[in-house]
Amino acid sequence: MSNAYAKPLPKIDLLNRPFWEHAKAGRLAVQRCTGCGHRHMPPSPVCPTCLGENQDWEVVSGRGRLVSWVTFHRAYWGGFGADVPYDVCMVELDEGPILVSNLVGAGQDKAAVGAAVSVLFEPVTPEITLPKFRLVE
Amino acid sequence: MSELGHLKDKIAVVGVGNTPYGNFPEIDDYGLGARAFRAALADCGLEKSRIDGLLVCRIPYYARMGEVLGISPRWTIPLPPHGRMSAMGIIEAMAALNAGLCNYVALIYANIGRSRRVNYGGEESPNVWDPWGYTSPGAAHAMMFRRHMAKYGTTTRQLAEVSVAVRHHATLNPDAVMRSPITIDDHENARPIVLPLRLLDYCLINDGAVSLILTTKERARDLKKPPVLISGVGAKEAFARASIPNFDLDFWYGEVREAANAAYDMAGIGPADVDALMCYDNFSPTILFSLEGLGHCPRGESGRFVEGGTLKLGGKLPTNTDGGHLSNSYMQGWALNVEAVRQLRGECGRRQVPDCAVVQFAATTPCSRSLIYTRG
Ligand SMILES: [Zn+2]
Repeated sequence: MSNAYAKPLPKIDLLNRPFWEHAKAGRLAVQRCTGCGHRHMPPSPVCPTCLGENQDWEVVSGRGRLVSWVTFHRAYWGGFGADVPYDVCMVELDEGPILVSNLVGAGQDKAAVGAAVSVLFEPVTPEITLPKFRLVE
Repeated sequence: MSELGHLKDKIAVVGVGNTPYGNFPEIDDYGLGARAFRAALADCGLEKSRIDGLLVCRIPYYARMGEVLGISPRWTIPLPPHGRMSAMGIIEAMAALNAGLCNYVALIYANIGRSRRVNYGGEESPNVWDPWGYTSPGAAHAMMFRRHMAKYGTTTRQLAEVSVAVRHHATLNPDAVMRSPITIDDHENARPIVLPLRLLDYCLINDGAVSLILTTKERARDLKKPPVLISGVGAKEAFARASIPNFDLDFWYGEVREAANAAYDMAGIGPADVDALMCYDNFSPTILFSLEGLGHCPRGESGRFVEGGTLKLGGKLPTNTDGGHLSNSYMQGWALNVEAVRQLRGECGRRQVPDCAVVQFAATTPCSRSLIYTRG
């Protein structure tokens, strides 16, 4: 295959599988403790707040605020060689957890710490869809 | 009242040594570690048979290190190859000596990352954010510096002051890897790596090794050079967001403040008493973050504080007088502790801080540490 996907793919395990299944269906989900309600990402084998084992996945709004963003001018993997410079952002979801993702779409020159963003979904292989973020007008 | 007051001035650094710094494909970690250890032994005049404690960092196998050195101590600790380990190791050695678990500890750090082409990102250090192309400690510091710019109005020209001052010190250090002076404009025009950070915001990657020998204050009296005492230590971790490595929303301000205050209280001094600062500088913003947490300037003011050469020899707070990680050598904090000792002994030649009596070491990382060294 000449156009095989050359970037790193997530290592899917029992803990994070629901995240990637939701993403494939176009939903952003985070792990939530059914005992104390704490939401966290990446998922954890026990709740970091109450140490409870009973946890579930909650579909969230996909809206949040830019914590920060950076522009990679170096490709640490060959697969990103054609993308540099590319933007990586950190987003604090309205529901609490912080995710690292890519800032894509128009108007990136208006990026600012605290700016509102919303999720979009980019299928990269038949199995994997990456949640990414764009600035909200 | 200091919780650690009973440890004040109990333990001394008596011997320090380092290899040359550079690109040494012909020698391995153990060979470099042995050279640094031999130098540290010679520095204090101790027979190697007296070493009964061994702490190694970034050395693949502690027992092989002992085999190579021909020592079998009664206390051993291996530490992982993370940049934040140096003061963690020194504090552990201090506690072990104080408890009588050993009498003379050799701490040995070696790094062969240059000759083995370590990148500190990509495939060699996988993390959960790889699919989005997010990798490397430098990117985390770029994320934090962007926040500092947004929150406090800090500029890249202010950040340049850090790199320029530290490089200036390297020009005065014959052992430093990078010895040509740089200007603020050089910093501004350097190759972008992960913006807002550029090449001159990044530490070097080079081979080398460092060794320190510690013992109790009483035992130190019989050795070759005047001891340097550990007068204060402080520590605080931040593990809540460890899945975003090397990143903190508040630049570890609270943690550094807690660690620094513990060290100040134990030593019975304050920030104004510090004659020189040895500050873990994996990336230039780390020095700005440190200055605030350590109380050398108010929170958010570090950009303005460093303007005009504050960190240079002759400035208000000479910082990383050996050239630090940015320009001397990437010895992950260990060489800065050696420099602290040499400054207090008055061995630093053209880069000597006059009348140097109190030196602070600081590591602003997910395991923040502060040490205060004084003349014995
Ligand atoms: Zn819980």
